[in-house]
Amino acid sequence: MRGVPRRIPSQMKILRRGLSSALCLAALAIQAQETKEIEQIRKEIQEATDAFQKAADQFQKTTDSLKKRLDQLQGTNVPAAAETKLPPSPAPAADARTNALAGSSPAWSPADPIRVVGNAQNYLNLSFDALFAAGWSTEPDVESLQLGGHDPLQRGFTVQNLEMTLQGQVDPYFRGQASIIFQIDPEGETGVEAEEAYLESMSLPANLQLRAGQYFTEFGRLNPTHPHTWDFVDQPLVNGRFLGGDGLRNPGARLSWLAPTPFYSELFVSMQNSQGETAHSFRNDHEGEVFFGRPATETHVKGFGDMLYAPRYAASFDLNDENTLVTGASAAFGPNSSGGSTDTQIYGLDLFYKWKPRNQSKGWPFVTWQTEWMYRRYEAGAFAGDVDNPAQPSEVLRDWGIYSQISYGFRRGWVGSLRGDYVTGDEAALDPDPDRDRRWRLSPALTFFPTEFSKIRLQYNLDDRREEGVDHSIWIQFEFLLGAHAAHKF
Amino acid sequence: MRTGVFGWLLLALLGCGAASAAKLNVVATLPDYGSIAEAVGGDKVQVTSLVRGTEDPHFVDARPSLVRSLNKADLLVEGGADLEVGWLPTLVSGARNARILADAPGHVLLSRGIRMRDVPTGPVDRSMGDVHPAGNPHFNLDPANGRDMAASIVAALSRLDPANASAYQSNARQFTERLGVKLAEWTNSLAPYRGTKVVTYHKSFDYLLERFGFELVGTIEPKPGIEPSPTHINALIPRMKAAGVKLILSEPNRPRKTPAQLAEATGAKVVLLPGLVGGVPEATNYIALFDYDVRQLLDALKAP
Repeated sequence: MRGVPRRIPSQMKILRRGLSSALCLAALAIQAQETKEIEQIRKEIQEATDAFQKAADQFQKTTDSLKKRLDQLQGTNVPAAAETKLPPSPAPAADARTNALAGSSPAWSPADPIRVVGNAQNYLNLSFDALFAAGWSTEPDVESLQLGGHDPLQRGFTVQNLEMTLQGQVDPYFRGQASIIFQIDPEGETGVEAEEAYLESMSLPANLQLRAGQYFTEFGRLNPTHPHTWDFVDQPLVNGRFLGGDGLRNPGARLSWLAPTPFYSELFVSMQNSQGETAHSFRNDHEGEVFFGRPATETHVKGFGDMLYAPRYAASFDLNDENTLVTGASAAFGPNSSGGSTDTQIYGLDLFYKWKPRNQSKGWPFVTWQTEWMYRRYEAGAFAGDVDNPAQPSEVLRDWGIYSQISYGFRRGWVGSLRGDYVTGDEAALDPDPDRDRRWRLSPALTFFPTEFSKIRLQYNLDDRREEGVDHSIWIQFEFLLGAHAAHKF
Repeated sequence: MRTGVFGWLLLALLGCGAASAAKLNVVATLPDYGSIAEAVGGDKVQVTSLVRGTEDPHFVDARPSLVRSLNKADLLVEGGADLEVGWLPTLVSGARNARILADAPGHVLLSRGIRMRDVPTGPVDRSMGDVHPAGNPHFNLDPANGRDMAASIVAALSRLDPANASAYQSNARQFTERLGVKLAEWTNSLAPYRGTKVVTYHKSFDYLLERFGFELVGTIEPKPGIEPSPTHINALIPRMKAAGVKLILSEPNRPRKTPAQLAEATGAKVVLLPGLVGGVPEATNYIALFDYDVRQLLDALKAP
């Protein structure tokens, strides 16, 4: 027993030691257990993460393949899962807009740009149109046969018109448009024409609209349009003879008024410069060549009377749902270069009719009929004659001409057209004169439009000129259009 | 004598002006927008729609008479997203009407209030066909969008004519309620046919298909606006057979030969669905359009 008390202390000691060491061990054990647990947890976390990653991968894979399938099925990318909208709630309408806008669409504000042409940022819309022709004519000097500056001008290939059009809103008051043309002439020289560049008012009072700059004169139907919108590869003869190969256009200003009639009617009055090669029947020096047997007289602008004036009145009637008629009367007055005080007057009447059935698809089928008649009165001055050219008296040269064309869009993308041309002049001191002699042309054409951005056209011309006789020409025309979608005029 | 005639003429013109001033002159591009404007505006508005329901809205002639309509408009309602890009800009610039221009209060671009489908996520070019960078513009064919369109129009009408704002809002509420009831009815009647696989001519029915849970397997046009080629049709036939396509949907104004060929080759049924109000005589207004279209779908699906 003695030992016991003895031992007690020792035991106590042991116990103490033991306790302490046990405690220590326990602590160690606990520590070890803790580490194990942490490890376990970490492991679990890792496992969970892995599993999640795996699931996420699987999810990604599934959605990807679904999206891919969706794309394949629909042809384009589609925004993610279809949000199922509840039937419209009878919420107050004013709030409905805000509800409707919940989502990714940008908030609408009345101050947003109108975006009438193109999309996104809209400072400038750019487009490029290229028009080519290829073919053959029995007349080796094709330029003597074709009157238009953008017609096929030689055997083989012709770069008819490479046209860059820039347009957009200038500011709240004006719209601006410019067409810059590149052309490669038969000599292989590249030429640049500032064909059009003008601004146009958007909101003048009293239904008025102002256009100022360089622009095509509003004369008849064809003159103010660009070659790529034509139904044939070339210009009508009467346009070439009276208004010139590049059309009647010059710097100036034009005011037009939308009349308050129960049908559409519009009055245009234009004042432009009267000189230059784009004022063919007016103060044109014809590049030093004689015109109607007379060399050009140098003239100057002495007053308002020496400008070119062009009034036009156009009216349109929707005969019914399917038939529309547009008619117009035009005139152009100004001095010419054959004498000191000689003037030219050109008058024109035009008619355009279109049938398009109620059930149209992509604009097909349709029938259009367009006719323009023009009369020119040219006061030719007296010319004393020189070594190369005989004398000419003072006289009045009267010419007239007409073209009439019909187009039938018989099948989607396909248009068959036929045009007849006739021009002639009355008797004059100079005879014959290839610029005034009677001639006619008959042109059937077939056009295929793969889309509204490209076309291929085949045309045959049967020409008959009083002095030269009959000629045959065959032309293929092709076109492509890049850039902004041009809105078409009627 | 002369002054007398002119006096009468002037009076007549002023009279016309006064008569038209009494009502707001609303010009809508699509008849669908016009129909909603009529429902919202009631007797306070005079609505003109530029596009006929039987026409292809991408290819409308810019007839001069439309310039006249736009010239007199107090409000222009256009869809946007390039739907009208081929013809409206030239009309608007010729209309010389500041009320409907750019940031004017009388201009509504409906696509702004709509969740657009098929907005391209990558770059777009024309080799993809007529893909609209702002998304598929045929959103009028989801009847649920009718509420959003009505909201856009009611906001514009209230802006232009605050005195009648409460009338417009109450009209719009009635219209959306009626549309809601109808939508529930259409959804219920088409519910048994959810998941039906279809092919459409153009990508013009996507909104309608999404609304009623139909599945688009392909289009007859290989790309939007591009004419079908034999290669494309030959590839489409086995795909339609494999997917079990039941219906071929096309507007009445589109060519019918290719859909008929496909129907014969695959056993699917051609259903002519007008895509616009006025596309068939029965589709007299926006709700009647869906009544007609849903009935056509049901008739085709129920038939053995």
